[in-house]
Amino acid sequence: MQAKKRYLILLSAGACLVLLFYLGGVQLPAASRSRHDRSRNGYRPDQPWPHFSDPLHLFLPWDQTDTEEYNLHISPRHKRDVNTSVYKGKRCRMDSCFDFSLCQKNGFKVYVYPQQKGEKISESYQNILSTIEGSRFYTSDPGQACLFVLSLDTLDRDQLSPQYVHNLKTKVQNLPLWNDGRNHLIFNLYSGTWPDYTEDLGFDIGQAMLAKASISTENVRPNFDVSIPLFSKEHPRTGGERGYLKYNSIPPFRKYMLVFKGKRYLTGIGSDTRNALHHVHNAEDVVLLTTCKHGKDWQKHKDARCDKDNAEYDKYDYKEMLHNSTFCLVPRGRRLGSFRFLEALQAACVPVMLSNGWELPFSEIIDWNTAAVIGDERLLLQIPTTVRSIHQDKILSLRQQTQFLWEAYFSSVEKIVLTTLEIIQDRVFEHGSRSSLMWNSHPGGLFALPQYSGYLGDFPFYYATLGIKPYPKFTAVIHAVSPLVSQSQPILKLLVAVAKSQYCAQIIVLWNCDKPLPAKHRWPATSVPVIVIEGENKVMSSRFLPYETIVTDAVLSLDEDTVLSTTEVDFAFTVWQSFPERIVGYPARSHFWDSNKERWGYTSKWTNDYSMVLTGAAIYHRYYHYLYTNYLPTSLKSMVDQLANCEDILMNFLVSAVTKLPPIKVTQKKQYKETMMGQSSRASRWADPDHFAQRQTCMNKFASWFGAMPLVHSQMRLDPVLFKDQVSILRKKYRDIERL
Amino acid sequence: MYASGKYSSRGPALIPRMKTKHRIYYITLFSVVLLGLIATGMFQFWPHSIESAADWTLDKRSVHDAPLVRLPVSSPIPERGDLSCRMHTCFDVYRCGYNPKNRIKVYIYPLQKFVDELGVPISSTGLSREYNDLLSAISDSNFYTDDVTRACLFIPSIDVLNQNSLRIRETAQALTMLPRWDKGMNHLLFNMLPGGPPDYNTALDVPRDRALLAGGGFSTWTYRQGYDVSIPVYSPLSADVELPERQPGPRHYFILSSQTAIHREYRAELERLKEENGEALLLLDKCSNLSQGVASARKRCYKGQVYDYPQILQESSFCVVLRGARLGQAALSDVLQAGCVPVILADSYILPFSEVLDWKRASVVIPEEKLSEMYTILKSIPHRQVEEMQRQARWFWEAYFSSMKAIGLTTLQIINDRIYPYAARTYEQWNNPPVVKWSSVNSPLFLPLIPPRAPGFTAVVLTYDRVESLFRVITEISKVPSLAKLLVVWNNQNKSPPEGEKKFKCPECTAIDGLSLDQTHMVERSECINKFASVFGTMPLKVVEHRADPVLYKDDFPEKLKSFPNIGSL
Repeated sequence: MQAKKRYLILLSAGACLVLLFYLGGVQLPAASRSRHDRSRNGYRPDQPWPHFSDPLHLFLPWDQTDTEEYNLHISPRHKRDVNTSVYKGKRCRMDSCFDFSLCQKNGFKVYVYPQQKGEKISESYQNILSTIEGSRFYTSDPGQACLFVLSLDTLDRDQLSPQYVHNLKTKVQNLPLWNDGRNHLIFNLYSGTWPDYTEDLGFDIGQAMLAKASISTENVRPNFDVSIPLFSKEHPRTGGERGYLKYNSIPPFRKYMLVFKGKRYLTGIGSDTRNALHHVHNAEDVVLLTTCKHGKDWQKHKDARCDKDNAEYDKYDYKEMLHNSTFCLVPRGRRLGSFRFLEALQAACVPVMLSNGWELPFSEIIDWNTAAVIGDERLLLQIPTTVRSIHQDKILSLRQQTQFLWEAYFSSVEKIVLTTLEIIQDRVFEHGSRSSLMWNSHPGGLFALPQYSGYLGDFPFYYATLGIKPYPKFTAVIHAVSPLVSQSQPILKLLVAVAKSQYCAQIIVLWNCDKPLPAKHRWPATSVPVIVIEGENKVMSSRFLPYETIVTDAVLSLDEDTVLSTTEVDFAFTVWQSFPERIVGYPARSHFWDSNKERWGYTSKWTNDYSMVLTGAAIYHRYYHYLYTNYLPTSLKSMVDQLANCEDILMNFLVSAVTKLPPIKVTQKKQYKETMMGQSSRASRWADPDHFAQRQTCMNKFASWFGAMPLVHSQMRLDPVLFKDQVSILRKKYRDIERL
Repeated sequence: MYASGKYSSRGPALIPRMKTKHRIYYITLFSVVLLGLIATGMFQFWPHSIESAADWTLDKRSVHDAPLVRLPVSSPIPERGDLSCRMHTCFDVYRCGYNPKNRIKVYIYPLQKFVDELGVPISSTGLSREYNDLLSAISDSNFYTDDVTRACLFIPSIDVLNQNSLRIRETAQALTMLPRWDKGMNHLLFNMLPGGPPDYNTALDVPRDRALLAGGGFSTWTYRQGYDVSIPVYSPLSADVELPERQPGPRHYFILSSQTAIHREYRAELERLKEENGEALLLLDKCSNLSQGVASARKRCYKGQVYDYPQILQESSFCVVLRGARLGQAALSDVLQAGCVPVILADSYILPFSEVLDWKRASVVIPEEKLSEMYTILKSIPHRQVEEMQRQARWFWEAYFSSMKAIGLTTLQIINDRIYPYAARTYEQWNNPPVVKWSSVNSPLFLPLIPPRAPGFTAVVLTYDRVESLFRVITEISKVPSLAKLLVVWNNQNKSPPEGEKKFKCPECTAIDGLSLDQTHMVERSECINKFASVFGTMPLKVVEHRADPVLYKDDFPEKLKSFPNIGSL
């Protein structure tokens, strides 16, 4: 019975197979794969939350009866008063500890207490105070103030520090305007001391707000305190260094993936994370170095790893690592914040935060996920895997954002202080405050003033982001300084030429002439409305006032003696539509560094590059009128008014400081140059030898206020596509520009 | 299946050689094996079809079948919520761990019915339809896991949406009975109506240890920033009423107040505003004499005139949302649905999902004290901004308010973003409505940078077989000082690239012009453009009329002094 045996074997084998399948020990490869696929697609094999078939109770969200009952017993005003009296100290909020009424009459004004004799003030705090005093928020009258800033140095509250100010408690209590700290803002960088580094300042701050470094999420009072970055004594008062990123490299990876070089604390607070860093160090692309050599008696506490770590530590240069790493680890130190944070930010090294519970600087307005990797100290060992998993597109974007944030809010004491004040101002006038988009995208909150408009499309910066375009017409503003005597005056020709432009919505004549306004019929008849405005005080700056009559996004700014053809205007406007945040115009000028005199020089020579476009014939966004009038300090504007000169230079400084880009020169008819420099009323102004010297002086004065030279050179001129090409002139749209 | 097929084909070949007596016996045995195999195969291939059948029986289940749990009087009560809780102190991140999808796993406790020792349930309503919807949505989502050991977040099936229907102490005791409660660690509770008379606390009064609270009506004093999630109060009208989206623009009324339980001081204030500004304002109240059977929630009245609610909201540019006993109001949801810009007057209120939503682009927040200035404040807002806010309001409703599912999943996404911040959704993803997402241009190189000349540029030359032309290009381009690297892409499979430094003379090549003039060539390229535009869904190319030239291009100026004298001199 061979066959029978064979069958038996076959059968038992079959039975075994069946058994195996049932027990799940062997799975058909196809089946197991398909199961895997399903889990990847988010499919789940079962769904234990049942779909109940029986009628369920409805959730009724209307608390009408509750509210009616509640309203009977409570007056809203009373309720508000109760809140104000209950929520004090650690539970302070704007609603309970801030007197909004002080800001109603005069707006957001900041008062700084006069400095008392014999009180030492650190350089950093002096920088903070002088920034406030130089800002547009400053008032010397406490009666007008909405916010008060102490002249007592509160920056360093570490008792062991030489900067520590003693008896602060009594000194503060004795201030006549203290009022339990209401509407006061206190700046602080260091608090507490070894070994526990508490966040207490060592005196009763009452209802004052804190602008404090290294503040923790548990202690920060939301929308009341402001978390500021830790900055060093050397941090510049104004201007500040640019970010280190000079160009984007793709792929964005650098020599190192992740680096850190710093102290290791052998004992006490903040030591855990740094002690564990060596687990992640691989001496190749993840280089995390610590040293035990700090403090007086490190030898006493030193552990088994110290010598090895110290040796490794000395092999690497911090700066070299900082500039050649994609990510920089920023672990907490004794306190939550560290200098490393700003250093990494400036170096375009994406910070990887390992500081649990640190309320990141300006976290109220900055979306840090766009510029940093927020790690968790508890998951230190996962950090390398995490940063390696970040896609290169994301790295490219994180890196650029570090540079934007550094330059917008951190590069100088001035920016840090102004950002703090603007944040508070936004809280005080909440319905007219910046949206998150304004804070987190170029050019940042300090240049985007919400008082101008709440609508993002009214600014020159957000068209692309919102997918919209500027209004397709412009308003011409002609600056008239000489009386109207003949019908052949350039201003009248100019008016006619500009009015003929298909993009012209209206023309405003700004009458800055001492003679009275000419009669209406003296102006030529045009197809667009001509509005004549009598200049306020007849000063230069009035040409940049944000007149409400300017309803278009674009402004064509003109001098009365400018000679322009309709074609030129049309072409310049089409160019501006592609670059709405920049100045687009005709005659250009340049700046240079005069190394003999160690100062900036100004040149009007025809050169291969330029950095300014004269506003005697230029198109720009009307927002810059608002910014010129409201952002720039009175000192610069009155200098311009007194000299009756340099207003165009100042406008170019401002726009380049905002955009970080040069203006745009478009091509012009050659005759333009002659008229510009030649005959007519303007001649007196340009022929004056002082005029040129004044402009040099202006440049240097402006550069010192901006803290740096914002102007940027360009070698590019934009011409119509077929400009001077060897094709028939009839094929050219802007043919008049070539004709003489 | 493949395996069983193989067996059956081998079987018949052997059978004819057997005795008939045994044959039947073996055939029977064999078919048993075969059937077993087939069944196994079925089981392996379509396991879900079998389980979904089991599901179907579950579907039939009623809430009354939920197992009963009796709470002893002495069972422990959790501590009140700790106000200092933050993710790094009260949340166990190890349970979430690292995973390549960067997605948290959420477990839902099976439904139980909790009663006290006397058999009285802890809640007067039990599971509400809305909470049931929320839990089903989560269990249908990618976040869900049925494996309690792999879960990062736990959601009790105890419905605490409405505190009014809860027995506080017993509910708290029930929470501690949950098998994984562990001081509330990683547990998430959803509550929309917190507090009760007389004080109406702004957070759920049920003691809950360290549990996270997704609450609708937090004030700045109860909200633990970065830990709790502020959620909307769901309005059932979202599901019951369909309001078509209207184009943004001016509406018949400027300001509309539609809430019915407004405090008399505020109503007096509103009346005064109405007196000053007349028709621009519409102040509605509940109807006093409605015929029986009409849902009062769906009608509003002004001086005897009846209006349909929420439809009337679409007729106004701005709609007032005033606080009541609670800060969170379901009216906010109705107002957003209507595309009306909410004017929120609720001091210290934490707006829904404020952690991720930019409310400044969708609403106006005015302090209660400034109610009297409301009209002036709103009038100062530019028209175009109002339109943007109308669009934004409607988008917020659609994406984040419209259903319990939207509310639940948004809450989980926010928590997910905290745990995997490097993979968090961006501001644009959260805030830009689809129309903006489509039309906006976000350059990957967004930083205004003017790169230095030093690194130079890389020239990439695509070539086929016109070697002469190639060498001419190479010779010309290698003269450029800022050329850093030259990359030639040899795009010809039939021919290998030329080697060495052979000298080529430039032949008279007119081929380039010939090529671009070729009619079929142009037709092909037009077709390409149309194809690409249809794939992109839009035409991304923009037309400009300018060209970049050097500053002194073709100027009447000595060529020697120009930086780029040779341009245009071909």
